[in-house]
Amino acid sequence: MRYSGFRVIAEALTGHKGWKPVWRDPQPQAEYDYVIIGGGGHGLATAYYLAKEFKQARIAVLEKGYLGGGNVGRNTTIIRSNYLLDGNEPFYEFSLKLWEGLEQDFNYNAMVSQRGIMNLIHTDAQRDAFTRRGNGMILNGADAELLSRDQVRAMYPFLNFDNARFPIKGALTQKRGGTVRHDAVAWGYARGADSRGVDLIQQCEVTGLRIENGRIQGVETTRGFIGAKKVGVAVAGSSSKVMAHAGMRLPIESHVLQAFVSEGLKPLIDGVMTFGAGHFYVSQSDKGGLVFGGDIDGYNSYAQRGNLPVIEDVAEGGMALMPMIGRARLLRTWGGIMDMSMDGSPIIDKTHIEGLYFNGGWCYGGFKATPASGWCFAHLLAKDEPHKTATAYRFDRFMKGLMIDEKGQGATPNLH
Amino acid sequence: MIINHPILGPRDAQEFVYLGDANLINRPDGLTASPQEMHDYVYLRTNPAGEHRELWYHEQGDRSWLVVTRNTVTHEITKVELARDVARQMGRSK
Ligand SMILES: Cc1cc2nc3c(=O)[nH]c(=O)nc-3n(C[C@H](O)[C@H](O)[C@H](O)COP(=O)(O)OP(=O)(O)OC[C@H]3O[C@@H](n4cnc5c(N)ncnc54)[C@H](O)[C@@H]3O)c2cc1C
Repeated sequence: MRYSGFRVIAEALTGHKGWKPVWRDPQPQAEYDYVIIGGGGHGLATAYYLAKEFKQARIAVLEKGYLGGGNVGRNTTIIRSNYLLDGNEPFYEFSLKLWEGLEQDFNYNAMVSQRGIMNLIHTDAQRDAFTRRGNGMILNGADAELLSRDQVRAMYPFLNFDNARFPIKGALTQKRGGTVRHDAVAWGYARGADSRGVDLIQQCEVTGLRIENGRIQGVETTRGFIGAKKVGVAVAGSSSKVMAHAGMRLPIESHVLQAFVSEGLKPLIDGVMTFGAGHFYVSQSDKGGLVFGGDIDGYNSYAQRGNLPVIEDVAEGGMALMPMIGRARLLRTWGGIMDMSMDGSPIIDKTHIEGLYFNGGWCYGGFKATPASGWCFAHLLAKDEPHKTATAYRFDRFMKGLMIDEKGQGATPNLH
Repeated sequence: MIINHPILGPRDAQEFVYLGDANLINRPDGLTASPQEMHDYVYLRTNPAGEHRELWYHEQGDRSWLVVTRNTVTHEITKVELARDVARQMGRSK
């Protein structure tokens, strides 16, 4: 069933009796050509592009809870392609281009809103670094612009420009960046995959990987054994747990990241603003709530909740940047489990086990990557070679010294 | 989270800096270890859901390193030792 304005009007006039469930609820088959583990953004996008662009095959997505119940439904919805390094920028720019055509492509309103993202500058050194980053972006076909202090002030006069420690001196902005309705991304990909014959199997936790003679045979699940020629793992914060079934240890730690929403306010912030020096970023949802966040809690965690000190720290960042935020009430906070990698960049690669593929290490920034991650993982699964924008996302980059460390922090996942 | 410091008693976790898996104590010898061993030590983690032994540094306190046994699913802390004692038990001189 295609969605359109005409359809909405027709349904409104006929009592909305024609809408059907958006996807099926199939029983698992005994065997598939491709099994994708994880029904988050990346797993669903992988299945969608696999079915659409690459092969007509028997494909299933196995999800332990419900579709979109993981990080894809917990993030602060920011999309951007403002990276510096060669291994990253072409990939994220590919992703941003896919976002720009996504709603037409999968015929679903994901509320892709290119409202712009602005990274604030406080020192000369930071301006140099951001200028370099902006040039890196432009060289890779993305857009970037430096704003003066006055230009920032014209947009957001209420910011604390003369903060004693972090006075605002300007900003790097990417106008094509913005926000996307995160749940709708999961639902749109799920619907698109289902309509192309992909079985989306929920309440189906993978509890083991069956491997014989170095080759994957299928997966053990809470709904029985499911055979598979190829298995792609895209389980974000659970990456280490699932890959342990194949005896693998990963260059990843799981950490909790929290997010916050205030009560609904009148229009205040029309784009996304990041205050990196103060560990705070904010945007405003279409319902009016300020959506904001800061650092990860900083210690290994599989609890989908964080602790109070980070809430205090984030609130302090908000107060430093825009003191009037102190008058707003906080409505909700929540947490999600991040797959923090050793250099802050992801992995999309084969493993040493034939037929077993891995996609993870997205840290706190994998939402913006969803379309390209799905596309590139589908490419790898179908063709056994990496997509040209994802050649650097290899497991062996740590062995070879080819880390993609945007922040230059080294092997300290909680600092990326 | 409250970390029950073996010398100083219960302290707020905010006073500490977190490093990670306590196995980082066992750094292979840089001259004899193979590149693979060194890679595994520096970059790979077991990252369990459940009991985890991990290194915390009391930066805003007595500057000691602690080995904290904590559950990564519930955040409950069940054991706190001085990293020095743990290292000595493993036969290290310090
Ligand atoms: C608070 C917060 C804010 C964030 N903000 C941003 C942002 O502004 N911009 C941005 O780009 N990124 C952001 N991120 C990061 C982004 O959300 C993640 O990197 C991304 O969603 C991870 O990929 P995913 O959608 O596939 O993960 P998930 O949605 O977590 O999908 C993984 C799925 O695997 C399932 N699973 C796990 N184990 C098993 C198993 N054994 N068997 C079957 N299924 C299993 C899980 O149930 C889950 O549904 C944020 C994250 C959080 C938590």
